[in-house]
Amino acid sequence: MLRKIGKILGFQKDEPQSSLHDGEADTIPIPDEKIRAVVQPPVAAEQSRLPQLIAGCAQSVGRLRDHNEDAILVYSTLFSNQDSYVPVGLFIVADGMGGHKHGEVASGLAVRVVAREVIQKIMLGFMDIHPTPPEEGIQEILETSVMTAHRTITKESPGSGTTLTAVLILDKHMSIAHVGDCRAYAVNGQGKIEILTRDHSLVKRMMELGHLTEQEASVHPQRNVLYRALGQGEPFTPDISTTTVPESGHLLLCSDGLWGLVPQDEMVRIIQASPSPDSACQRLVSAANTAGGPDNISAILIQLPDFSD
Amino acid sequence: MNNPQSTQSFESDSELDVSQHLQAGTTLAERYTIQGIIGIGGMSAVYQARDMHFPNVTKLVAVKEMVNRALDPVVRSTIVRNFEREANLLASLEHRAIPRIYDYFTLNERSYLVIEYISGHDLEELVNNSNDFIQEERIVRWAIELCDVLSYLHNHKPEAIIFRDMKPSNVMINAQDHMVLVDFGIAKPFQAGKRGTMIGTEGYSPPEQYRGEASPQADIYALGATLHHAITRRDPRLEPPFSFHERPILQHNPNVSSVLVKVIERALEYNPEDRFQTAEDMKSAMLGVANETGMLSNISASISQAVRPSESIQPIWSFKCEDEIRGSPFFHNGVVYTGCYDNNLYALDANDGDFLWKYPAEGGIVSKPAYFDESIYFGSEDHRLHAVYIRTGRVNWTYFTKGPVRSSPFIAEGHIFIGSDDRFLHAVNATTGRPAWRVDAGSPVRSTPIVANDLVYVGSEAGDFYCLDFTGAIKWRFKAKRAVTSSAVVSKGVVYFGSVDSTIYALDAKTGWVIWRFRLGKPTISTPFLQDNLLFTGSVDGAIYCIDINSSKEVWRYTTEHQVTGSPIILKDSLYCGSVDGCLYCLEFRSGRLRWKFQTEGSITGTPVVWEDVISIGSTDHRIYAFEA
Repeated sequence: MLRKIGKILGFQKDEPQSSLHDGEADTIPIPDEKIRAVVQPPVAAEQSRLPQLIAGCAQSVGRLRDHNEDAILVYSTLFSNQDSYVPVGLFIVADGMGGHKHGEVASGLAVRVVAREVIQKIMLGFMDIHPTPPEEGIQEILETSVMTAHRTITKESPGSGTTLTAVLILDKHMSIAHVGDCRAYAVNGQGKIEILTRDHSLVKRMMELGHLTEQEASVHPQRNVLYRALGQGEPFTPDISTTTVPESGHLLLCSDGLWGLVPQDEMVRIIQASPSPDSACQRLVSAANTAGGPDNISAILIQLPDFSD
Repeated sequence: MNNPQSTQSFESDSELDVSQHLQAGTTLAERYTIQGIIGIGGMSAVYQARDMHFPNVTKLVAVKEMVNRALDPVVRSTIVRNFEREANLLASLEHRAIPRIYDYFTLNERSYLVIEYISGHDLEELVNNSNDFIQEERIVRWAIELCDVLSYLHNHKPEAIIFRDMKPSNVMINAQDHMVLVDFGIAKPFQAGKRGTMIGTEGYSPPEQYRGEASPQADIYALGATLHHAITRRDPRLEPPFSFHERPILQHNPNVSSVLVKVIERALEYNPEDRFQTAEDMKSAMLGVANETGMLSNISASISQAVRPSESIQPIWSFKCEDEIRGSPFFHNGVVYTGCYDNNLYALDANDGDFLWKYPAEGGIVSKPAYFDESIYFGSEDHRLHAVYIRTGRVNWTYFTKGPVRSSPFIAEGHIFIGSDDRFLHAVNATTGRPAWRVDAGSPVRSTPIVANDLVYVGSEAGDFYCLDFTGAIKWRFKAKRAVTSSAVVSKGVVYFGSVDSTIYALDAKTGWVIWRFRLGKPTISTPFLQDNLLFTGSVDGAIYCIDINSSKEVWRYTTEHQVTGSPIILKDSLYCGSVDGCLYCLEFRSGRLRWKFQTEGSITGTPVVWEDVISIGSTDHRIYAFEA
């Protein structure tokens, strides 16, 4: 049913030199019903369900901090035209570094710089009168935007730092750019939860769990390798990957103020029991506060279109 | 040493319940049958096992088992990923003093590493079980070998590898009296969750390692400590830390030459800057010892090249045609088909290479044949697409294009899709040989079209890459900077292909949007091969690449001696690929490590074909070869 994406994007139109069906072309290598399937949408085309991304979000300062250093962005759109639909979404969570000055400046800059570059280079292409795909690859655009944010923070707010986890959904592909220890999870309809990002601070996590003392952590072989943040120290590369959007279920983006306090099972239970992504996010944040709320808490929950049938 | 209570090693505490150990006769991964326990550590055990993929011979392997005790699922999976990354790194090492890694896998809370089985003893056992001193000559020879492998590790690219845990129990002496390093700290992530973990082993580790620093000089210190232990028979773990200078070697073993004592003492200097700065420096000093004491002639023979020579490998059959084979063979139902520049298509018995029939075209055949409904289809330089009955080798029909046909046929929905140098992509009815349609691609089409999800993908020599529907209507077009001779592969809504512009492209299969681009050293005309989220391809730069398709990062590359124009293929855990240098290469597909290679007398430009456990490839030496996979 999404066969005509090309038409929406529009770039197959300017295709002057294809001389289809020249003299010799008399038959078609497929049965008629196949052709109908190709050129026509199913008769009762989904009138009520468009494959939109329904997002909710919530934030809290937490119970021990006096200001919020997390920043989030929720940007969800749907292009629908001529029986074809392209869901497009950009979701970002950034956690400014505690212990540094102006953590909220760094997280805000990171979100704005990445969002601006992605929207300019990818989203605006959709809105053009003659839509053209970006010249760079999607992964390159994401990587460049993260590196631009890194340089911007280093310049505008030296000494501060931030993590950044951005999910870009373009139709059925989902690209994630990730630095630090915010997380993206996929939760399917059966309640199976899968983490899509890798924390860049294993040692810190192990210390929190009491597996390592600070002294042990200081000589741990992974103590340097797994720590990355925007605005901090040496240049780095963000983790970037592109996979297929899950056929149904939810995506959750959150800062460690949520995932460090609320067990995975509990997060799944809340998501499944909530009537909407928005109320689920409210409940997730409350659960983190109930558990002590030592840190800022941010959550974005995206309900995915159901492609499973 | 600031914190001695935190520096206990794990050898002594048997944390693992013995009943949890694998019993003899247990088979892991339907392949490795446990025969007994070799050793037990705190969080790990090592078993001797038999690889049942070799039913007719007893192939022994060592299986290291590590128990993941972390409770948090993220920490658990991080530990497993670190283990896997480490295993991949180890698998990429190639030195005769480093055991080969054959396999790794994780079952529930246990991770396993399957490595080369080294028969022999470790140096600690050797020292403990003998009553006399080890001959100096033997120790010098081992020291040179250990310097050699440390030098190999320290010079590893892109990042130096620091062994961190050189000690007598981590050094095996194999049946040929050579040194093998056995514990690469792969279990470290598993131990990290336990309180009191220290990196390195007390007694052998240098002072700075307790501050968390690891450098080549740290390994040099530990090697000095190991040699000191072996030569004096005094275990440093029973002595105060960093007290070697209080136990002069000659005081314990008066028969050691003073030059050797000097080298060991320099390695054991308290300050890293006072030690040998590189393992090569220490190796030359050791060679100096060998020279001065007159043992060099015995030693030089044993410190030859580090790279393991490939095993000798012989084809199970080969068949000689009358001219070069540049294309790729095809297998169907017990028969191998190959085109040749002697203008014939050959049908050979796949079991023994016996000639069944040949069919003469009127031009060379580089096109890879395809099968449909009792016929074989292929293109030829004679401008035609040929359909030949497989039983008789007689012609069914031929279809004329207006240029040489170097593209290979793709069959879908009863039609054959094939490109031609006449610039058209042709769709031909497979039964009748009549055209359905043709589409002007603007330039010669030498790539092989493919059909996925009712869409046809094909590249052209001008660099256009087309997505067409079954009516031949263009859905989208992407422009590469140079020719797309490589054929495409489609997986999970993404189409992958290479270009002569030296780039591998991953495009959204529905829209043609670029998801990522990967730069190769030089152009590619090789068709990518996908397996387990990895993409494999060859390049004119001579390398075979392995790229992660989600992150578009290089996993490994293996460099051959000449261009790689054919494509890799994978059977089980081996990748097979030919090179214009004339060799067929067999690599471990996850690590890119060489298993074996076979040198033909010409160039290999095509792609191998596999069936059952046999792999076959053609060469410009006029022959087609078949090997046991």
